[in-house]
Amino acid sequence: MMENGFSSPRNDSFPAGLRVLVVDDDPTWLKILEKMLKKCSYEVTTCGLARDALNLLRERKGGYDIVISDVYMPDMDGFKLLEHVGLEMDLPVIMMSVDGETSRVMKGVQHGACDYLLKPIRMKELRNIWQHVFRKKIHEVRDIEILEGIESFQMTRNGSDQYEDGHFLCGEDLTSIKKRKDIESKHDEKDIGDNTSTKKARVVWSVELHQKFVKAVNQIGFDKVGPKKILDLMNVPLLTRENVASHLQKYRLYLSRLQKGNDFNNPVGMIKQSDSPLSDSVGSFGSQNSINLQPTDVSNGCYGFSGSSLVLHNVDPRSHDGDKKILVTTPVAEPKRGLTVDAPNPRKPRISQMECGHPLAPPRSEVNFATFDSSLTTKYPWCGIPEIRLKQEHNPLHFNDGFSHLPMPGQKQLTRADYRQPAPAISSAPSLTEREIGCPVKIKPSRNDYGSNASHVSSTASAVDSIPLQTKTNSTNHQVSSTSSMENQGLNMNCLTDVESSRKNINLGMPPLATLDEGLQVCFVPGDYYMNLGLQNIEFPEYFDPSLLTDVPIHLNDGLRFDYEFYDPTEYSLIDQSLFI
Amino acid sequence: MEMRNESTYSAPLLGWLKGGDVTAAWRDIGEGSIGDCRKSSFMRRGYLDDQFIQLEHLQDEANPNFVEEVVRLFYSDSVRLIQNIELAMINKPNVDFGKLDAYMHQFKGSSSSIGAMKVMKECSKFREYCYAGNIEGCIKTFQLLKQEHATLRRKLETYFQLVKQAGVVAESA
Repeated sequence: MMENGFSSPRNDSFPAGLRVLVVDDDPTWLKILEKMLKKCSYEVTTCGLARDALNLLRERKGGYDIVISDVYMPDMDGFKLLEHVGLEMDLPVIMMSVDGETSRVMKGVQHGACDYLLKPIRMKELRNIWQHVFRKKIHEVRDIEILEGIESFQMTRNGSDQYEDGHFLCGEDLTSIKKRKDIESKHDEKDIGDNTSTKKARVVWSVELHQKFVKAVNQIGFDKVGPKKILDLMNVPLLTRENVASHLQKYRLYLSRLQKGNDFNNPVGMIKQSDSPLSDSVGSFGSQNSINLQPTDVSNGCYGFSGSSLVLHNVDPRSHDGDKKILVTTPVAEPKRGLTVDAPNPRKPRISQMECGHPLAPPRSEVNFATFDSSLTTKYPWCGIPEIRLKQEHNPLHFNDGFSHLPMPGQKQLTRADYRQPAPAISSAPSLTEREIGCPVKIKPSRNDYGSNASHVSSTASAVDSIPLQTKTNSTNHQVSSTSSMENQGLNMNCLTDVESSRKNINLGMPPLATLDEGLQVCFVPGDYYMNLGLQNIEFPEYFDPSLLTDVPIHLNDGLRFDYEFYDPTEYSLIDQSLFI
Repeated sequence: MEMRNESTYSAPLLGWLKGGDVTAAWRDIGEGSIGDCRKSSFMRRGYLDDQFIQLEHLQDEANPNFVEEVVRLFYSDSVRLIQNIELAMINKPNVDFGKLDAYMHQFKGSSSSIGAMKVMKECSKFREYCYAGNIEGCIKTFQLLKQEHATLRRKLETYFQLVKQAGVVAESA
């Protein structure tokens, strides 16, 4: 089962044969640890550099069971490595150091280390590291069960034909879940085909679920949150405290990362950020299954949503099983759906024709948003309009004729729109800001263009910059352009079921998909969660072209797929990005 | 054997001196390698800690010279570490204590691998001086550290020789 030539994980003789990767810049310790681990009958690989370790891990997905790393390393901080591994590969990581200061240990735990060993390390301490691997497996199985529970629940709600695809997808999901579960239950390693993401199934944090989570966090107050409190508030059956804890941890990391590094300067959003931790993950995502943040998408330009072409583009890489597994998370009948993708009349994605330069055609599609209602859902089951609160951020956008000022990808979009009330499309309705997107949003870290399709809400803001749209009618807000993009994103977020359908869907005509990519970075400012989902008010009456609305670039959808199931843990970072409210 | 200096007695002999079984003690002294004496001497005098014993436990047929290899690796690597520290201390008025501390942290970690207790103690002292921004203290401590480092090296070299000799003797016996 080793595609990479690695021996398969021990099966019956567990924990013997446990595949350990040791990372330490000290050659003496590396030698000692190697010997110790070998004596424990583990399979050892040593690395003197953190970068090498990451490369190894990425190259051989599923080739290791656990990572042991020193805290202090010259080329990369051990904690950073820890984060990467946790998010990308979701492997248990043990930290070690000669420094046993409480603060350091605490930091390690906060960053997700499953253990912290003090040097000099005794062999008996290493003998038991298998427990961490075992524990994770157990949790995964549990998570899968939860996922199945959620899935079936959702499926029940989506009953129409429209959802056929969704069902199909869901069904597939479940199948893969079950498959996974079976395999997992054997405590076997993850060599499930090439879909490494399935191996690491965790709780699928659907849009809905995540919304609840964020709501709970907001209620409690970011500084005071704790897994137990959140769990209680969320009131989701089957969800465990551990699920929440790990989700919270990742959420925190995501937030802090966003706060630190906002360098989404490339057109395609995430993909090219080599510096940000996300980029690493993103890159790796690209290679994974569903998350597709391929540089190729960049070609699609900023306007990721160039309609079908894009979609295809995005879809392709993903077209492997991962794609199909978009879970339909949004309940069909959500009266508050802010985004309406003109269900009954799927407009052709004008957006596809929209290129960067295209005037705010996309925004017009927003008009369709007016129909934020179940029609959308029917049409686009995948459209779960998340509840996006976009606050008006900056000055009104000024629409240009060409999207010359459309948010360039890589621009952070601070979109804070308050989608409180279902807002009809621009033309007829108030800005999206008022809309409330109730559907759970499935954020799919996806598509390249959307990098993370997460709304990027940065304190500095401004998504608005992205699309200077002149919102005449829209008094409020926010960056229309971003709004539109947001909307698109929002739409995406919701419906990630059928790429095809999404393609035709709501095309928020957000030309600057690119912006979306980055723009859709959900930037969670602690205490202030906004989903920058291009769902900002799309109030460009003059620019609205309803027909555009219907076509939502697939990538949009994909971007917001908050569904780990089909993605590798790496996905997580994307998900993080696309986290919204 | 310097009868007066207890620290040079081997463990078995000491045990006997404290009232243990004479025969056993003599046997141990007679058959035990002088290396053992040295080792316990090291331990008692604080040169090496339990980590060293751990290393010996790791030694097996697959790696018959494991301990010696590790020690040599440590010493060769410490050249680089020592250099880093010295370079960082050179720019006297503008010493980057943070960097210095980081290097020393590395060195301490490395020293812990073979259980070099005295060396580690000096490392800790050094770091305290770093924290206090006391470059003179750092320099002085570093000198002591290097001395301990070198002393231990000599002792260990001798130790390994003795062990080898004992091995040869044992085999020929």
